[in-house]
Amino acid sequence: MSENEEAIKVEGLTKVYNHSLTAVDHINFSVKHGEIFGFLGPNGAGKTTTISMLITVTKPTEGKASILGGDISKQSMTVRSSIGVVPQEYTADEDLTGYENIILCADLYGIPHSVSKKRAMELLELVELTAFKDKRVQTYSGGMRRRLELACGLINRPKVLFLDEPTLGLDVQTRAATWNYVKMLKKEFGMTLFLTTHYLEEADALCDRIAIIDHGKIVVIGSPTELKDSLGGDIITLSIQKDEDITELISKIEHVKEVKKENGSYMIKSSNGELTAPLIIEALRKSGHVVTKLSLTKPTLNEVYLQYTGKSMRDAEESRESVMQQRMAMRRARQ
Amino acid sequence: MSEEDKVSKNRFHGLWALTNRDLKKWYQNPIVFMIGIIQPILWLALLGKAMNIGAMFSSTSIPPLPQQLAATLTSQQLQGLGAYFSGLQSTIMTSTFNTGDYFSFMAMGMVAFVTVFTTAFVGMSVVWDRRLGFMNKVLSTPVARSVIITSKVISASIRSVFQAGIVTVIAYLLGLKLGANFTVFSIFGVFAIVFLIGFGLSSLFTAITLRTTRMETPQAIFNLVTLPLMFASSAYFPINLMPDWLKPIAYANPISYTIDAVRRLMVFSDGFGPLPLDFAYVGIFAVVVTLICVVLSWRYLNK
Repeated sequence: MSENEEAIKVEGLTKVYNHSLTAVDHINFSVKHGEIFGFLGPNGAGKTTTISMLITVTKPTEGKASILGGDISKQSMTVRSSIGVVPQEYTADEDLTGYENIILCADLYGIPHSVSKKRAMELLELVELTAFKDKRVQTYSGGMRRRLELACGLINRPKVLFLDEPTLGLDVQTRAATWNYVKMLKKEFGMTLFLTTHYLEEADALCDRIAIIDHGKIVVIGSPTELKDSLGGDIITLSIQKDEDITELISKIEHVKEVKKENGSYMIKSSNGELTAPLIIEALRKSGHVVTKLSLTKPTLNEVYLQYTGKSMRDAEESRESVMQQRMAMRRARQ
Repeated sequence: MSEEDKVSKNRFHGLWALTNRDLKKWYQNPIVFMIGIIQPILWLALLGKAMNIGAMFSSTSIPPLPQQLAATLTSQQLQGLGAYFSGLQSTIMTSTFNTGDYFSFMAMGMVAFVTVFTTAFVGMSVVWDRRLGFMNKVLSTPVARSVIITSKVISASIRSVFQAGIVTVIAYLLGLKLGANFTVFSIFGVFAIVFLIGFGLSSLFTAITLRTTRMETPQAIFNLVTLPLMFASSAYFPINLMPDWLKPIAYANPISYTIDAVRRLMVFSDGFGPLPLDFAYVGIFAVVVTLICVVLSWRYLNK
């Protein structure tokens, strides 16, 4: 396997359910080695189906994809051995202890006990569950379960790790802690990470590149900065004392891309807001104007997301929550 | 390749790990485990003892001879008739059930009965694994699909053998009359045939639930299937006395052969006779159903 080969390469990947419902529609993308790649999209956009195909659980209807050079359809066993999966659900067996769960995972990868016992202890240490290793998973909190899933996903020392909504339903602290683990994994093991999330600020902070998928198609792909820049940059809102038209004056300033007058205030798009704002104030002062108000807004992934999907992430989040509630109800029913 | 990177190249890796996981859920759960023991006690003590068929043919059940008829007979003839009727019970019982004791006949049918119940749960466990996501995780690991299915089947078969053992012990304590065929090896024979039928039945129930994600489906199917499996077999009544339309069904039912084998080994006294046929029939049933189940799992275990 050559170094410059892509870790994940997807070409025309398509999944049609029951000959009618196209969940994923001819998507193309690639993920470089050591990259953190984020997959965003509203509910039912095809995120989970895409992951499911990449981890060889769902068979694609059309198209192909390879992971570390191995074809997901033809060399599925090789692919499975080299990837780790942290699924959306809590998949650990509640009746077993944390330690037993990790050993079970190791057995599924065919790792001999002489190796897996040592590795399990290391991973429990890594996710800070050593003190709870002999407690049944039933007694674990959501955060602990999530960390256990992470440990299970790492037992085979994967080169590519898939994380499907790893922070779904977790509180703010646990979410932050989970992402710290993820960052550490990338740093320590040089892993390639493919993740889906719907916390946009987290995707922004963490991912090297992001793809937004909607209706089974990838609508945009790029680094968070590129995506935000594609919206036209930062927005400066400005009011002055006198009612004079200063559009002409501002347009000449460096980095300014667009000036609009709205309800007596000016909306200025700039490719670099921090640099532009002082320049505007300076220019206006020189020409005898008094600035009464000025605000600088950086576009967030939220705006990017809305621009490309036309949906608020909030809707998706709410229906996900109801799915979670159903899951929890089932979990209780089982106990 | 360093010691650290060694992984098993065995195609069946993970088989015992998955089997053991299912077994742990059973033996580490005291309530489930105890119910598994108490249930056969109830069946045997209540149903087994209540169906006291032998009593139907006892002298108290047969009305006395009409006065006019009795007057025409000599005392010698009356004595002969008395002896005939008192021997009637064991004659009818033996010719019908092949053993003088209906409890012993039915208790051995119960061995097959608990197997049906025990293996039916395997279907539920497949659906649970699917719903709770465990199945998805296993599917993303390099474990062969056939291994996932086989582990379910093996664990159900092991449970069946254990339950069959419990039923046999309880039946013995409640007065099982062992036949002349019985030796210590008979017990191993019983375990062997129960393992085979357990394998076949759990493959059957697994195959039915492979695509299911709803809890109600396996329950409904289980209710639908268990009744004909049990009553269209020799579990409660001998097949040769059944109506003609029912006979072929009962003769095709692998449960009948399992029960016949268990009875021949434990309570019958007329030699082993068709015992090899019983084993062959149940063995072929187990192999065929398991193969079908494995083939289906290649196609349907994926989403």
